[in-house]
Amino acid sequence: MKSLHRSGGPRQKSRIPWDLVIPLIPLLLWLFLLLIFPHLRLLMLSLMKRGQKSLAEGGIFLGNYLKPFQDPDHLFIRVFIRTILFSLINTLLTLAVAYPIAFYVAKVVKGMRKFVLLVLIALPYYISELVRVYAWMNILRETGFLNYLLVDVLHVMSQPVEFLYNTASLFVVFVYSSVLLMLMPIYSSLEGLPDEQLQAAQDLGAGPLATFTHIVFPSSLPGVTAGFILVFMMNVGDYLIPNLIGGKNNLWVTEMIYNRFIVSTNWNLGAAYSLVTLVLTTFVVWLGLRLTGQTLRGVFSEQ
Amino acid sequence: MAQEIDVELVHVTKRFGDLTAVNDISFQVPRGSFFSILGPSGCGKTTTLKTIAGFEEPDEGDVYIGGERMNNVPPNHRPVNMVFQQLALFPLMTVFDNVAFGLKMARVPKSERKERVERVLEQVGLKGLGDRKPGQLSGGQQQRVAIARCLVLNPTVLLLDEPLGALDLKLREQMKIQLKQLQHQVGTTFIYITHDQSEALVMSDRVAVMNAGRLLQVGAPDELYTNPQDPFVAAFVGENNDIQGTVTGLHGDHVTLDVGPFQIAAPVHPQMTVGSRFHNFIRPEKMVLLPPDTGRTEPTNQVPGLIQDVIFDGAVARAIVELTGGQQVMVLVTRTSDAPLPVRGEAVRVAWEPRDAHCFPLE
Repeated sequence: MKSLHRSGGPRQKSRIPWDLVIPLIPLLLWLFLLLIFPHLRLLMLSLMKRGQKSLAEGGIFLGNYLKPFQDPDHLFIRVFIRTILFSLINTLLTLAVAYPIAFYVAKVVKGMRKFVLLVLIALPYYISELVRVYAWMNILRETGFLNYLLVDVLHVMSQPVEFLYNTASLFVVFVYSSVLLMLMPIYSSLEGLPDEQLQAAQDLGAGPLATFTHIVFPSSLPGVTAGFILVFMMNVGDYLIPNLIGGKNNLWVTEMIYNRFIVSTNWNLGAAYSLVTLVLTTFVVWLGLRLTGQTLRGVFSEQ
Repeated sequence: MAQEIDVELVHVTKRFGDLTAVNDISFQVPRGSFFSILGPSGCGKTTTLKTIAGFEEPDEGDVYIGGERMNNVPPNHRPVNMVFQQLALFPLMTVFDNVAFGLKMARVPKSERKERVERVLEQVGLKGLGDRKPGQLSGGQQQRVAIARCLVLNPTVLLLDEPLGALDLKLREQMKIQLKQLQHQVGTTFIYITHDQSEALVMSDRVAVMNAGRLLQVGAPDELYTNPQDPFVAAFVGENNDIQGTVTGLHGDHVTLDVGPFQIAAPVHPQMTVGSRFHNFIRPEKMVLLPPDTGRTEPTNQVPGLIQDVIFDGAVARAIVELTGGQQVMVLVTRTSDAPLPVRGEAVRVAWEPRDAHCFPLE
């Protein structure tokens, strides 16, 4: 009888469940130190005038938040809209490139070859994004590999051309660097689709196109949406590619924020620009989900 | 009058690399019958079914459905539909949409579609569940959705790939009866794949027994049971005792088989010569238990043994008897009188008539 009381006694009820809390500590630390704390710090900075020491000292100042909308020529709004638009186009292009690959790897290839393909797809991403962007610059620049190929080897063109610093090169490099982020969630949702369902659809009279639209695409939709959000947010927030590849005509919203922080060394204004961008981008994602009748919960939980 | 044939396989062979999954099989399935293909896992029965459905193309031989040659016709253009082993319902669609899918693919107008789906849902006992998702149904109901999804298309033949395998035992027993009744009701030809001989015997009009890619025997369940043509069929269909021995004497209407510790009489088989080794199968219900000291000379074969165990099952009991020399046999004890059941350790004689046995050469 004594042993019955050992594990469920009333004295234990008020204690902190350490067995649950301890494994959560790394997650809580990560959330707090890398997500919550920096954003709170940004929020505080954005609510202060330049040079102000603390919120207690000079009170709350909202002027920084008006600045983005008061730029000459509505620069911020125009850059923001272009960033969103280009990111959307790029995300669609990435989807068009990634989906067939994801389908091929998930449903067509079997066994060891599948593993090898996945490794090959992921391998370039072991290298830093900076190095990969420089590699592309080497390919695309006036004295680069592509010009060498077209002018000196194939003799298609008589003069080398500068492929860098335009919108097309921006998309090429963007798609290249986003493919994996789009491919993986689609791959995993297609992986979960049993082959029998495709056979059943075919058995019930569906051709390849009908099988795709009625069975394959709907079941990969959570993956597509997840990939879409990931790639879109990464593109909006990218700094390297627009800066190094896009050239002067493709000013990105991140570059504007960078300029506020580093060029004009106005951290308070930079913080406000960052937070405005964050809120507006989140709104765009929310709107996109609403328009396609989806929920975040549906995307990131199973079924 | 010749019966109409819905499905015919003619010398069909299918290989996967070095493995011959289906080895030169031919059979005919009469219209409106419940036809089962029975065999252990890996015997090639699923490959056979997929060859009929069109998911596999035969390397040799021809497949005819409704009299037309179907080789190289893709699955979506064959007048057969398949109930998959794992059912393969579309989880994102409602039950109604699952059943309506095939009609939609065939571009049947919406109003007719609705009418036909509702009729078939009622037929399989799922009336009013059309709005549910498959995940919200029980295993037996999902089963019926999978069948309804096919039947709504009025296929020439319905193919079923071990559809009861995923169900628990009790539900499986219920579904057996329901499937058989459903088949009677709709009159569609069913080709049913199973490794469970009881499923095949209970439901089928005809059963084809397969092993290792070969078709061994096709017949009515009763025929397979009482007159097996192959040692595998004899051992696989129903319970059977196999007492193996060497032929030592040919006596016209019977032979003498030397089992080792004892000799028995056995029926004649055309390939028998003195010295050849043979299976000798006797069904448990064809054997009787006699007291050890009786002077009776009938039935002819009488072998002494000890009761090892008695498995009581209501009207009948199974006695496991160890014969002289150690081989165990099962004897069915029917309780026609109030005579006491044998008890463990009791000495008995196991007796049977040679003509009730079936002999096949031992390989």
